[in-house]
Amino acid sequence: MGIEVVVEGLTKSFGEQRIWQDVTLTLPAGEVSVMLGPSGTGKTVFLKSLIGLLKPEEGRVLIDGVDMVNSPERDIYETRKLFGLMFQDGALFGSMSLYDNIAFPLREHTRKKESEIRRIVMERIEVVGLLGAEGKLPGEISGGMRKRAGLARALVLDPQIILCDEPDSGLDPVRTAYLSQLLIDLNARIDATMLIVTHNLDIAATVPDNMGMLFRRELVTFGPREVLLTSEEPVVAQFLGGRREGPIGMSEEKDAATLAAEAAAPRSATERGPREIVPQLEPSPGLPERRAVTRRRQRVMNMIDQVPPAARSAILRTYATSDSAPTLPLPGTAGSGTW
Amino acid sequence: MVTGVLRRTGRLFALAAEVGRAAFRRPFQFREFVEQFWFVASVTILPAALVSIPFGAVIALQVGSLTRQLGAQSFTGGASVLAVVQQASPLIVALLIAGAGGSAICADLGSRKIREELDAMEVMGVSPVQRLVVPRVLATMGVAVLLNGLVSVVGTLGGYFFNVVLQNGTPGAYLSSFSALAQLPDLYVGELKALVFGFIAGIVAAHRGLDPRGGPKGVGDAVNQSVVITFLLLFFVNMVMTAGYLQIVPPKGG
Repeated sequence: MGIEVVVEGLTKSFGEQRIWQDVTLTLPAGEVSVMLGPSGTGKTVFLKSLIGLLKPEEGRVLIDGVDMVNSPERDIYETRKLFGLMFQDGALFGSMSLYDNIAFPLREHTRKKESEIRRIVMERIEVVGLLGAEGKLPGEISGGMRKRAGLARALVLDPQIILCDEPDSGLDPVRTAYLSQLLIDLNARIDATMLIVTHNLDIAATVPDNMGMLFRRELVTFGPREVLLTSEEPVVAQFLGGRREGPIGMSEEKDAATLAAEAAAPRSATERGPREIVPQLEPSPGLPERRAVTRRRQRVMNMIDQVPPAARSAILRTYATSDSAPTLPLPGTAGSGTW
Repeated sequence: MVTGVLRRTGRLFALAAEVGRAAFRRPFQFREFVEQFWFVASVTILPAALVSIPFGAVIALQVGSLTRQLGAQSFTGGASVLAVVQQASPLIVALLIAGAGGSAICADLGSRKIREELDAMEVMGVSPVQRLVVPRVLATMGVAVLLNGLVSVVGTLGGYFFNVVLQNGTPGAYLSSFSALAQLPDLYVGELKALVFGFIAGIVAAHRGLDPRGGPKGVGDAVNQSVVITFLLLFFVNMVMTAGYLQIVPPKGG
């Protein structure tokens, strides 16, 4: 079973520039979480802070008793073996073939025989659909393939915590859908705690158990997906609707004057109808149930009194209509905006 | 400004200390070490040999001319050999290792850093210092020591050739003055210098390579800086070591 990740009061700046402050959240063990946020709000910085690559000035990231911010380097290196991180562009070693790239963690951290390594590596290559390309160098394949190879490498040590940095960027919608399914299947198979950083609404709608959003140097909210998806918070509603009206501007934030003008203007056609209900992805046939589902249900039902009313009724509705996976409302049909 | 320089100096020393610690941590990256050793050796051997012949010749000619004016031709051999073994050879080696090997190491590490390969390595729980830097620094040190032997021999032979053939020195006087003035500690200190210079070249190259600023251009700047910083440090350390040696080891001729 995956490991719980506890983040307490995390604050990170680069020089004078505050990236985000006082981020506090808990990634529940074995569940899939998504961190949303407009481009440039420090989502990748957050991921790198979780794993100890960047050192926030304040706060703690507790994993199995090790603080990834302040513990000695040696403990951090040990704890990192529990992680699999999928980088935005794969971050493959340019001088090694895909096969050697994926075999790298096994060769560094285990004493397995070459035949055993070959079996594991080929299995992972097949999972991410790269059979036949294992002899190629990272420079010779497309960005999407590099990404999938990066995922295969992150998976090879059977990590307990999987972090994905924008798994969809550079992928077409079909591949993104396959990847979403792959992530859910993965969770069913190894029951790892997962955090996906993205701004893809399809992934956000179908994959996670929990969602959070970063905006304006703060964690807007983090909790069961229903909380975010039913949220009336202007930032969240704007982001999920993919609209231009709202606090998010082209350059990160709008100034007060623009916002006021917008509020005065009549509502445009971009206002969506009622949100659709889309079920969360199920593991592919033949795979075991996701064990996180039962745990999550219990956890969410225990905190049902603390969530906002809209989210509460959404949760109760989804758990009433189905006894397995919860369903969720989706922002209105995307695409048909004012373009 | 001042704090920036001090901070970078501090990081350089911290990296040196970390490399020293990581060098003894298992598993030792033997394969990487051999590959890097071979690489550094292959780019430095030929230039080193080619540079050392004229360098030995220049010293022989200069010292030969000076000693003739002083009427001490018979000591030409000793003096020129000492200059080659103690000073010229370690410096030639270090300049070539920094210029040919160190710059390549810096560029390699720098481009890996900006492509996030080093981050990926750290994420997988593998220390880039132990996995990449330690084998490279050991390789530059090892090559420096061995290359120093080669350059000393070639430089001495070059000096001998120019002194005996071109300046009509006598072979016997050259050799006897050699053994009259030179002693084994001269060779030891030459090798020790080469070892230290190789360490400096490797550490500076790695230090600049691990921290490039701002993309591909930053890698180019880092390579540039690594060579310049190495040269500055080399001459300074050389001065300190030479002064120390002259104080500690009594001269044979005295």
